Amino acid sequence: MGKHEIKNRRRFLKDAALIAGGLFVSGGTGPFGQILFATERKGTKGPWYGMGIDLEKCIGCGNCASACKAENGVSREPYYFRTWVEQYTILNDGTVKISSPNGGIDGFVQDFPESDIFKSFFVPKMCNHCENSPCVQVCPVGATFDSPEGVVLVDEHYCIGCRYCVQACPYGCRYIDPDRKVADKCTLCYHRIMNGMLPACVEVCPKGAKIFGDLNDPGSELVKFKREHSWQVLKPHMNTDSKVYYNGLRAEVR
Amino acid sequence: MEPHFQHLHEMLSKVDGFIYPNEIDLNWSVLIVLYPYITGLVAGAFILASLERVFKVRVLRPTYTIALLTAMSFLLVATMPLVSHLAQPQRFYEIMITPHFTSAMAIFGFVYMWYLMVVLLLEIWFDYRRDLVLWSQETPGFKGWIYKVLTLGVKDISPKSLKWDEKLGYAVTVIGIPSAFLLHGYVGFIFGSVKANPWWSTVLMPVIFIFSAMVSGIALVMLVFMAVNYIRKKKINMLCLDTIAKYLLVALILDFALEGLDQVHRIYESEESFQILDLLVKGKLTYTLFLFQWGLGMLVPIIILGYLQIFRSGEKIRKILYAATGILVLVGIFFMRWNVVIGGQLFSKSFAGFTAFKLNLIGSEGLLMAAVWLIVPLLILAFLLWLLPPWKKHPEPAD
Repeated sequence: MGKHEIKNRRRFLKDAALIAGGLFVSGGTGPFGQILFATERKGTKGPWYGMGIDLEKCIGCGNCASACKAENGVSREPYYFRTWVEQYTILNDGTVKISSPNGGIDGFVQDFPESDIFKSFFVPKMCNHCENSPCVQVCPVGATFDSPEGVVLVDEHYCIGCRYCVQACPYGCRYIDPDRKVADKCTLCYHRIMNGMLPACVEVCPKGAKIFGDLNDPGSELVKFKREHSWQVLKPHMNTDSKVYYNGLRAEVR
Repeated sequence: MEPHFQHLHEMLSKVDGFIYPNEIDLNWSVLIVLYPYITGLVAGAFILASLERVFKVRVLRPTYTIALLTAMSFLLVATMPLVSHLAQPQRFYEIMITPHFTSAMAIFGFVYMWYLMVVLLLEIWFDYRRDLVLWSQETPGFKGWIYKVLTLGVKDISPKSLKWDEKLGYAVTVIGIPSAFLLHGYVGFIFGSVKANPWWSTVLMPVIFIFSAMVSGIALVMLVFMAVNYIRKKKINMLCLDTIAKYLLVALILDFALEGLDQVHRIYESEESFQILDLLVKGKLTYTLFLFQWGLGMLVPIIILGYLQIFRSGEKIRKILYAATGILVLVGIFFMRWNVVIGGQLFSKSFAGFTAFKLNLIGSEGLLMAAVWLIVPLLILAFLLWLLPPWKKHPEPAD
């Protein structure tokens, strides 16, 4: 065996060890990479829309739910809502009462005497436009999809009405439209926001409790809202990466 | 007021606690209960047939062909309740031509077609090929012509080609067993993978579906086997019947153990959703779960079949008890599907209240329509037994 051959073999072993080691190390850091870059979003280039909801400002007027129905032609029957308001009443004994008669459109009546109430507040709900949305995942034909701006939409000409998405949404935001017979939900007023307007519910809110904005724009109202408040999302354990951020969200809220 | 809105208005008065406003419209009705029920019968019947073919349980031979034809009859109907339940039934084919592969539901069409075309049709064809050729020669008129068409022009029944039939049929059955598991385990996954619904979301769901499928399929074939012999006024092969009952008992015990494990696990872990599920089980599902699914559908059959394993009763009593057990099991598994599908929609995802479900008698989602989808497969089975009577198959030539 010549010296040359031994050298070659040594080099081969060294190279092989390097490649194997490199693969091992890069394989190991893979999962950490995701954590390191968790802030990097899918739609990094264009706008990436979301919504902030300030529960400390909401007065439960129901204007948002009503305006949404008018703007989007949602059935006026009290069983279908793209957005609605819930009233939470925590009694002195710790009991939590929740109600949302007609989605809050007709306003709320407090059933309990003030002396029994520990705290009462309102929670507007809507599609969370999840970055990792279960409804998009389960749609068998791809009729539900993410727009490039991070808005979850339904193609009404494509939906087969299997209702799997309705089952998959943890927040109860979907329903089968009684007139068009397809899955329906909040579009973040896509037709408005793409033309530079605000979603209808944001537009009509008398207290400015709903903050619409671009998460990719450091100067947007929404980014400012997120910076200034200790926000929470609904059901974080669902790991849906919801893009509706609540300020003042209490643990009682479901 | 439109009937649907009137129905929802009525349901609104039955809401208990708080539900999200959109949840009043219960989305999956009795038709979706039938879907896992029917596919389960198919998978179970096929697994019983494969016991004979692959696992060489020769004593089950008289049920082999009946089990295959039963599986076929129900499989032909399996998609009907699904498609008719769609809000846009005319678009059903989209699921086949543009499937969205992240969806657990998207490949059902393919799994179904695979099972129908590759497994069941092929296996039945190989099993009947020789008879079809002989029948096409013996039978005059239109029926003979049908047999001729069914031979697909392959008329070779030389010993060599029959040997190939046997080999290929065997291969199809071997592929068929995992396919049957896939077909029904997959249906279980459609429910088990919905993380938003704690009543469905359990990793055991596909496994429980497979075992409950075996339970219901074996019970169905047992009943069909008894009915066929009764109608033909033939003495039933008791050894075969006893063996089916033994397998039914084993499947029941396994299924019961798995379901028990699932419940014990839920109770012990007692997660966030535990309270609402506890209320669900003890309230809205009391009768359908404790009485029908576990009591009459499982425990009573286990006790009866277990008793018959230890104490041999007379033939007549055994037959009556087997028939009663078969019916109880079929009803019990129906309620198992009911408790999964309907039960999973009765509580709000807010975990703060319940909605109600009312089954109407008429209408496309009504009780009568559901009954139709259960009777049609039996009619198909009667037709198949008339066209391809297993008892008229030609005795296999000696090697």
